[in-house]
Amino acid sequence: MHIFKNPNFDFVRWKWHAIALSWVLILAGAFVIKTQGMPKGVEFSGGTIVIVQFDQQPNLDQIRGALPGAGANAVVQQYGDPSARQVLIRVHTAGAESGGALSATADQVTAELKARNFGTFKVIGTEIVGPTVGAELQRRGILATVFALAGILAYIAFRFRLSFAVGAVVATIHDLLITLAFLAIFRYELSLNVIAALLTITGYSMNDTIVIYDRVRENMRSMRRDNIATIVNTAVNQMLDRTMITGGLTMLSVIALFFFGGEVLKGFAFTMIVGIITGTYSSVFIAAAIVVIWQGRTPVKVAPAAPVAPAASAKKAGKRRAS
Amino acid sequence: MYKNLRWKLITILVVLVVFCGVGVYPLLAEHYHWPSPGWLQAKALKLGLDLKGGVHLVLKVNTDDAVRMTSTATSEQLRDSLRTSGITPTITVTPAPTTFRVEGVPQDRDAQFRTAADEIAAATYDRNPLAGGSYEFRMKPIVERDLREQTVEQTMQTIDRRVNALGVTEPSIARQPQGEEILVQMPGVTDVAHAKDIMGKTAVLEFKLVEAGPGAKEDLLKQYNGTLPGDMEILPGSAGSGDAAGSAFYVVKKIAPVTGQDLRVAKPGLDENNQPAVHFELKSAGAQKFGKLSGENIGRYLAIVLDNRVVSAPRLEGRITDNGRISGGFTAETANDLALTLRSGALPASLTYLEERVVGPTLGADSIRAGVLASMVGLLLIVSFMLVYYKLSGVNAIVALLFNLIILLGLMAYIGATMTLPGIAGFVLTMGVGVDSNVLIFERIKEELAAQRGVRAAINAGFSRVFLTLLDTHVASLISAAFLFQFGTGPIRGFATTLSIGLFVNLFTSIFVSKTLFEMELSKRQTPALSI
Repeated sequence: MHIFKNPNFDFVRWKWHAIALSWVLILAGAFVIKTQGMPKGVEFSGGTIVIVQFDQQPNLDQIRGALPGAGANAVVQQYGDPSARQVLIRVHTAGAESGGALSATADQVTAELKARNFGTFKVIGTEIVGPTVGAELQRRGILATVFALAGILAYIAFRFRLSFAVGAVVATIHDLLITLAFLAIFRYELSLNVIAALLTITGYSMNDTIVIYDRVRENMRSMRRDNIATIVNTAVNQMLDRTMITGGLTMLSVIALFFFGGEVLKGFAFTMIVGIITGTYSSVFIAAAIVVIWQGRTPVKVAPAAPVAPAASAKKAGKRRAS
Repeated sequence: MYKNLRWKLITILVVLVVFCGVGVYPLLAEHYHWPSPGWLQAKALKLGLDLKGGVHLVLKVNTDDAVRMTSTATSEQLRDSLRTSGITPTITVTPAPTTFRVEGVPQDRDAQFRTAADEIAAATYDRNPLAGGSYEFRMKPIVERDLREQTVEQTMQTIDRRVNALGVTEPSIARQPQGEEILVQMPGVTDVAHAKDIMGKTAVLEFKLVEAGPGAKEDLLKQYNGTLPGDMEILPGSAGSGDAAGSAFYVVKKIAPVTGQDLRVAKPGLDENNQPAVHFELKSAGAQKFGKLSGENIGRYLAIVLDNRVVSAPRLEGRITDNGRISGGFTAETANDLALTLRSGALPASLTYLEERVVGPTLGADSIRAGVLASMVGLLLIVSFMLVYYKLSGVNAIVALLFNLIILLGLMAYIGATMTLPGIAGFVLTMGVGVDSNVLIFERIKEELAAQRGVRAAINAGFSRVFLTLLDTHVASLISAAFLFQFGTGPIRGFATTLSIGLFVNLFTSIFVSKTLFEMELSKRQTPALSI
């Protein structure tokens, strides 16, 4: 069974269009972040979250009114399935970072709720983060990512070529930026779980890119007469079934996570959905495109001006010669 | 051709049984209350706080406290030593805790002062002369660093003792890579206020002789014409405790001959009026000091000072040596808490809470249920697709995938890793890479078959060619996982751990297990045709 029968799409032709589209998305995200800010979870911005389970269906507006300072800047939302009667209350302040006072805001919130007669309730979770924690977390997260990318750059440059390495790293950064843009546009908070999803995307995107590269490398040996664009196109077409299946299956399991994974994993799953799409797309239109652009200008090792054979027959002829 | 097939199958079976036993069985046993030996259950995969419920605290040790305390102690020692030589300069600890100042040393006594200062502080402080017979003492950087380091270590040990005394099962107390921060995780605990109270009490116990009081602050100061002598201090009484309500103050000696460090045991009990109290016993050195102190001061009052508040100030009726009692308005619970904190030793510095997270048990259970449901649905979708698209060969992929899951669970349990939500993210990626490996191999085999190779040759070529691809993708992922582990904090590390183990397992299952299954299929038939 095949998804595509002898596919022969000219992917490389669309590289500039694709790069333009990516820039539009990234700039749109940057614009949203600039004007509305990146929504950050308490882990990064500091603040207090109290998750309360009520015995009776609560009225969110009344809860908001009951909060200290009448809920200015507070977030009050249904948490999980409405039938669970759970409400997430987020206030952007925490108590002072000294002694045991950190929980002052949380205590104030529960005291107000008790005073307002909302029926019996119990606090099923709290999360209080002082303002200094987030900055450190952010710094270390970025540091870890930068070093990881540098390590990958070195490895791919060693196993393939420098142009491949640059392509792979640029594609990964591209995926991170696009995903951040989507998170900002759809107002998903940057939380620890979302960070975990971003790391997962980095891994996924890298994996996908290397698989395509691997076939490009193989074809470079067997199709010496063809130019780099043909070689890359052939490789992408050869791998098209695999790309669709792997991407599709991973996508299916992440969509399952989005719909069934509960409130905590929602942001994680959304990030993954965006990341898998852009990760698959960037392997072809960013990573491979960069190799084509780079190698196209420095025609070393690639014989120029070979008669352009149709990709499908080139594939067969090329591969059989190699084996 | 496939002579090794039997051994390969046996290897696979053994691996399966072992990892099912270590990884999967204890989890199921715990959930369904099946019988399971203790040693096996102890190895069960631990769930992180976000899944299990509990308290997660990040606290900062204010090492400045310990530094200031050392500066104060050194300056007091210097004051004592100078007094015996008849020099009485003003000595103050500056707002910067590393330095103290000596002002007003007479010109003609300068040499004498230097000798005394050298004897007491030369090893730990640098001395800088200022104008007009003044000196500034600054703690040496290396001493300061060691002191701060020691303070954090000591704090960790004290917290460890206290958390254990609270009866928390499997607490985790770890130092954060950023130095002065400690991460405390207490699974199953939900009363965060009590836990924080126990952990954060500095619990510095001192016995100091009372010079005057109890009384109002102004009245006491009046007795000394407004300024206290250098060796005395004024302390508030402990609010809420019987005779020493918030308004009462005491003038006491600064020096405490006996402190909490001399305690051997402390336990809750009752006093002569049947009120809750804390009984203590002293170590032998402490008992000697206490005997001397009480024997020489019969008839005077002795203040029992806890964290700079006078808990009570009983009259010394006679010589007391190795045991005593602290009473003064305790409830059974506060007496119990005080005994616990005294037993575990004083904190060398105060604590600041930076982060506090409480996950109620229902919330954690919800997360697990949702996570398991989502994984099941995802797995089911993958399995059905594999069967439809790759037909019989799809079974191989599914078996390899299940193996992957089981071995990963088992290995994580074995190395004592903790399963957290970011860890589940690592799981998802491993599954994705696992599916990808199989798809890569199958697609390659299809390509080889399309080029009219024999089934055997196609399978061999498929595996051997794809092996190189897998090697590159896996090594690249491992490199990034290593960096994430090295530079990341808690959750990022959890992700990196799961991912690294998953990658190794995946190489084993997709190459070894999957290929063996193909070989098994081939060995059965004379003229094999592949269902792919």
